[in-house]
Amino acid sequence: MLYGFTFLVIFQLLGEVLSRGLHLPVPGPVLGMLLLVAWAVIKRGVDDRVGRVCSGLLRYMALLFVPAGVGLMLLGPLLRDEGWAMLAVLVLSTIITLLVAGLTLHRLLRRRHPSADEFS
Amino acid sequence: MSFANPLDSQAMLLALQTAPFLWLGVTAGCFLLAERLYARTRHFPLLHPVLVSIVLIVAILRLCGVPYQSYFSGAQLFHWLLGTATVALAVPLFDNLQRVRALLWPLLIALLIGGLAGMLSALALGKLFGLSPAVLVSFVPKSVTTPIAMALSQHAGGLPALTANVVILTGIFGAMIAVPLLSLFGVRSDIAQGFALGIAAHGVGTARAMQISPTAGAFAGLAMGLNGVLTSLTLALLLAFWPA
Repeated sequence: MLYGFTFLVIFQLLGEVLSRGLHLPVPGPVLGMLLLVAWAVIKRGVDDRVGRVCSGLLRYMALLFVPAGVGLMLLGPLLRDEGWAMLAVLVLSTIITLLVAGLTLHRLLRRRHPSADEFS
Repeated sequence: MSFANPLDSQAMLLALQTAPFLWLGVTAGCFLLAERLYARTRHFPLLHPVLVSIVLIVAILRLCGVPYQSYFSGAQLFHWLLGTATVALAVPLFDNLQRVRALLWPLLIALLIGGLAGMLSALALGKLFGLSPAVLVSFVPKSVTTPIAMALSQHAGGLPALTANVVILTGIFGAMIAVPLLSLFGVRSDIAQGFALGIAAHGVGTARAMQISPTAGAFAGLAMGLNGVLTSLTLALLLAFWPA
């Protein structure tokens, strides 16, 4: 387990160093993720020991947002002032995103494969 | 010497207050409780474990009069692991990429158009409804998976705590309406429904897609990963050119 964890932390550090060193707009951990995808493509997969640590971390990923999410308690006044506007933006923008993504892919698959069901 | 009272309640209280892992334990405990509630209610969307944990912990902190900073300094071990877990997202992204190679081009085009529609609609609607600048920035990455969205929000001058909650609510709302909404517009294939769920509603949407079929789930997982990448690469650019 320690091997896999160390492996991930090295990619995380690499991402952090590159992000800050080159003043990239991409956050360090995200850059680390992209580097690890590139590594997996080159190596045609990742070591089993790394894979096991990844699935362990991802299994409890939701728990890891909680400490930051509790910070909402500091935003009371903001929520009172802009809460309804926030809700409207959230609802409408999510509907638009779903429809645009779904309809675009639907049209593209139709054009290539008149019966798109062959892939399901 | 007197052994009359071996239970020194004051010392015990002090130990609880100063132990750095008290809030770590409370966070983990609340999360386990929330997960159990979620399973008991057969995954009722609004009882998402993250939301329930946050509500429980805020209530406990308010009740005990503990400021957020003291809580966070105790619970931050979990927060630190978030960066490492973000790197771990590479593995499912790579696996899903392998599975759908044949359709890569249409998927990439739909990703580009759908992902940009998500960010631009948030910016335009945010302006229309008069959101303040920091709130607006917090909303732009709302469709991507929480760790990436929080990192992006922080990087761009938003409020990561707000982003975390907005992202989860977006996921819940998207997962609830996706199938009826898309079916209404004639989008009925597993592939397109799954992909739209992944683009708009990240991990919560992917879990919903898994219920449709494993195919829908795989396309949702891929869409979620790719949209995280697209949003990371374009968000700063978009904000730079957006008339504030």
